[in-house]
Amino acid sequence: MNTVTLTIDGQKITVPENYTILQAAKELGINIPRLCYLKDINETSACRICVVEIEGMRTLKNSCTVKVQNNMVVKTNTPRVRKSIQKNLMLLASNHKFDCWKCPRERNCEFLYLLRKYNIDNSMGEDAYFAKKHFITNITDAIVLDSSKCILCGRCVSACQKYAGTGALDFNERGYHTYISSAQNHDLDDSGCIYCGKCIQACPTGALRERDQIDEVLELLSNKEYYTVVQIAPGVRAALGEEFGYPIGTNVEGKLYNALSKLGFDDITDTNFSADVTIMEEGTEFIHRFQDFKNGDKKALPLFTSCSPGWIRYIEQYYPEFLSNLSSCKSPQQMHGALVKHYYAQKINTPKEKIKVVSIMPCIAKKYEAKRPEMEADGVRDVDYVLTTRELARMIRRQDIDFRALEDITPSSPMAKYTGAGAIFGVTGGVMEAALRTVRDILEQKDYTDVDFAAIRGAGDGIKEAQIEIAGTKLTVAVVHGAVNFKEMLERVKQNPGKYAFVEFMACTGGCVNGGGQPILCAEDQENIDIRTERAKAIYNIDAQKQLRKSHQNPVVIELYQEFLEKPGSEKAHKLLHTHYAKKESYSKL
Amino acid sequence: MKFVLEESKVQLLKERIQKHKQKPGPLMPTLHDAQNIFGCIPIEVQKIISEELDESVAKINGVVTFYSNFSTEPKGKHIVSVCMGTACYVKGAKAILDTISDMLNIEPGQTTKDGLFTLENTRCIGACGLAPVFQIGDKVYGNATKDTAKQAIEEILKSEA
Repeated sequence: MNTVTLTIDGQKITVPENYTILQAAKELGINIPRLCYLKDINETSACRICVVEIEGMRTLKNSCTVKVQNNMVVKTNTPRVRKSIQKNLMLLASNHKFDCWKCPRERNCEFLYLLRKYNIDNSMGEDAYFAKKHFITNITDAIVLDSSKCILCGRCVSACQKYAGTGALDFNERGYHTYISSAQNHDLDDSGCIYCGKCIQACPTGALRERDQIDEVLELLSNKEYYTVVQIAPGVRAALGEEFGYPIGTNVEGKLYNALSKLGFDDITDTNFSADVTIMEEGTEFIHRFQDFKNGDKKALPLFTSCSPGWIRYIEQYYPEFLSNLSSCKSPQQMHGALVKHYYAQKINTPKEKIKVVSIMPCIAKKYEAKRPEMEADGVRDVDYVLTTRELARMIRRQDIDFRALEDITPSSPMAKYTGAGAIFGVTGGVMEAALRTVRDILEQKDYTDVDFAAIRGAGDGIKEAQIEIAGTKLTVAVVHGAVNFKEMLERVKQNPGKYAFVEFMACTGGCVNGGGQPILCAEDQENIDIRTERAKAIYNIDAQKQLRKSHQNPVVIELYQEFLEKPGSEKAHKLLHTHYAKKESYSKL
Repeated sequence: MKFVLEESKVQLLKERIQKHKQKPGPLMPTLHDAQNIFGCIPIEVQKIISEELDESVAKINGVVTFYSNFSTEPKGKHIVSVCMGTACYVKGAKAILDTISDMLNIEPGQTTKDGLFTLENTRCIGACGLAPVFQIGDKVYGNATKDTAKQAIEEILKSEA
């Protein structure tokens, strides 16, 4: 690689010739402000915030896309540059609705940060003549798109294409009338969106956010009419701490349980428990399919996991021909809700109609999943409310709970007992690893002590394949994360009939720890830190420290089958813990 | 007006798309064909293009709504366009536009409920010597007045009655 030498703010630096000015400045520790730039995702130079002066050039240049040249002399912070940035921010502000106190990005809005930094006057926005008057919203069970906060940077559009691979969001119209949404702002639920929430994580403002249910849950907690059971997903404990100043990758499980208790939930349980149950059901389903396959039913495999509701939306909309490969298991969230109401209710002597289940999830698609019509039994909904990790943090702050000062506690509910296998559901490869631990023990009737499957761990490759020998048979398993890789994986399955035995799908790259409901990192941090890996460390630590690391050894799970479900895949298990999926067309409601 | 997908037109569009797909950048020529075949490119048509070209509907719609040559709603049988270029404007094009707008009871960009007329204001059509100018379909009306505009519309109404 050839290098070039240039001067930035009076300092000489030599960098590879394919560097942009922004990258070169970063090497010098010079921080050029930016807004629309999201490394490798959105490099379109749309916002004109990262402009710099280059000697010999008439106009200001976008440092995010202009490449370095030999002997270039760049100035990043001149009065002319500052004036230009201020002008652009002023224009952006005049089209923005400021009700920051109720915006979920109040504390980490990248736009607000710049407005503060440049001390922007918003007289234009306050002038009715200039202020933008027509805004659109698109509200579904999972997501809210609100153009009054949109600055048209296009980061969500690029994230949708590059992370989800669906391209459900794009620009509509042109000029002053431009807005970002589905085609003609068609109902997002019917627009090919899978609710992975990568757009929310890419948005610098609060224009894209989860459908908030904080007020409903606070109401539920205050009126005491119902017995409230809360469940927390594996990924939440690995990320919530970030909202309260802990380093990325800190496991705050103990404080999290305590915060839920302080918020007034009657019973604190853990979705990790039902992740263990999921393994019993899904593992058994795999064993049955594996036997059918060996007996000549070539269509019995591969089995696809069904825990990620974003993946479910993907397969239903884009590859319905594979629905017969999908496990019939509900996700742990839904299993947990069903078990609370139809099993645990009896144990605590409370009628199931008097129980409300609230989930804390790292995911926005879980909100949608909980509202799927089939997610109920005997007319009782499995899960009543779903809050994201971000909403929980907001709720804790709104209730003036000093999170950092909380002591660690351990809930007493049996439905909070889990094994290491349940914990790792939150990372890519985790569901597969948990399933293999149990399936191998059962099929070989052994108790393996080395339970790590390193080949399917890690966030590096979007598709991971491994050969695993179980009971004398070599199985090819695959793990895919990031919806953009689904197509490639499914094409591989199509082209290699009989090759794959078991495939794990997660819609978010890195798995649930990087879910669409997790704390959001600003663009610069996203560029510098691999949050998927950092948060995964917290999860694998929990697993490594657990005495029990295999789902079928969870004593409460064993008890559950003994006294209620009889055995995995039983009629009762099917009624409560399994479901069905169907083809779904997008843009069907015209 | 409710948009109806005619099977013969869908087939024609699909044939054209197969041809365009052999070259890079098939979206624009496809959209031109779609606009000509259907008279507009609503989401129903975008969905077909989406499947054939493996592009998302949102992306296709983004292109369709960006260019004013494409429309997402069916246009009327007669497209009335009043030139609002500089020459026509100073010679009274606005009054002509208003007259037609009042007669048809629609704003520029809209189509009458019976689907007969779409009213548009266009930029210079290169007939400044005849300003002010309006067009109905391919026919150009030069040195127009409120009366000639009224007459032209009335004639069509009569012939369509």
